Amino acid sequence: MTIEKNLNGAELNVKVIGRLDTTTAPQLEAEFKGNINGVEKLVLDFAELEYLSSAGLRVILAAQKVMNKQGEMIIKNVNDTINEIFEVTGFIDILTIE
Amino acid sequence: MKELTIAATVENIETVTNFVNEQLEALDCPMKAQMQIDIAIDELFGNIAHYAYNPEIGQATVRVEVVEEPLSVVITFIDNGVPYDPLAKADPDTTLSAEERGIGGLGIYMVKKSMDEIAYEYKDGHNILKIKKNLN
Repeated sequence: MTIEKNLNGAELNVKVIGRLDTTTAPQLEAEFKGNINGVEKLVLDFAELEYLSSAGLRVILAAQKVMNKQGEMIIKNVNDTINEIFEVTGFIDILTIE
Repeated sequence: MKELTIAATVENIETVTNFVNEQLEALDCPMKAQMQIDIAIDELFGNIAHYAYNPEIGQATVRVEVVEEPLSVVITFIDNGVPYDPLAKADPDTTLSAEERGIGGLGIYMVKKSMDEIAYEYKDGHNILKIKKNLN
């Protein structure tokens, strides 16, 4: 997995490339921990996210909880496979997907 | 039938995934089914790596069998760690808000939803978890 991030004022854009799973989720978690302070808008770009497992969902949920308190979180470019995972797990109702 | 016995560690999830994917590619497995199987490996082998022998490191065996008509693949995960039936757990409530939500049970729930069959047994000191996915 590769993470591309871009902080623009209070807006943080994070592009996740590859697989978000047990092995790689801690990497994304560390990125959020280190960069989410003071961010009012967090945009996750999943255009090149291949798939995610529950380890990835855990990190996304934690980020959503933080952003619920300090601003908003938007997920964009969600492919069909990922969307189905969000549907099955009910995450579709707690995330903002554009 | 092909089988891989390997140390049950998080680092080895990738090795197991590659091993299974090789068999799937030989079967012209549809991309979506392969991804669902890869996710299942992450969840199931990941569980063994985290919990079966903790804090020790033990071995786990992953077996891949192909069944004809309809073409399906059966993947069996075997470890001799602490007895644990992941299917005994109640399904998570997927209607809760972000604040109310925990993450427990979500992995196995995703596997249940994406596979055609899932079965667990504890036999002769082994946890045996079997998943089956139809490929067409």
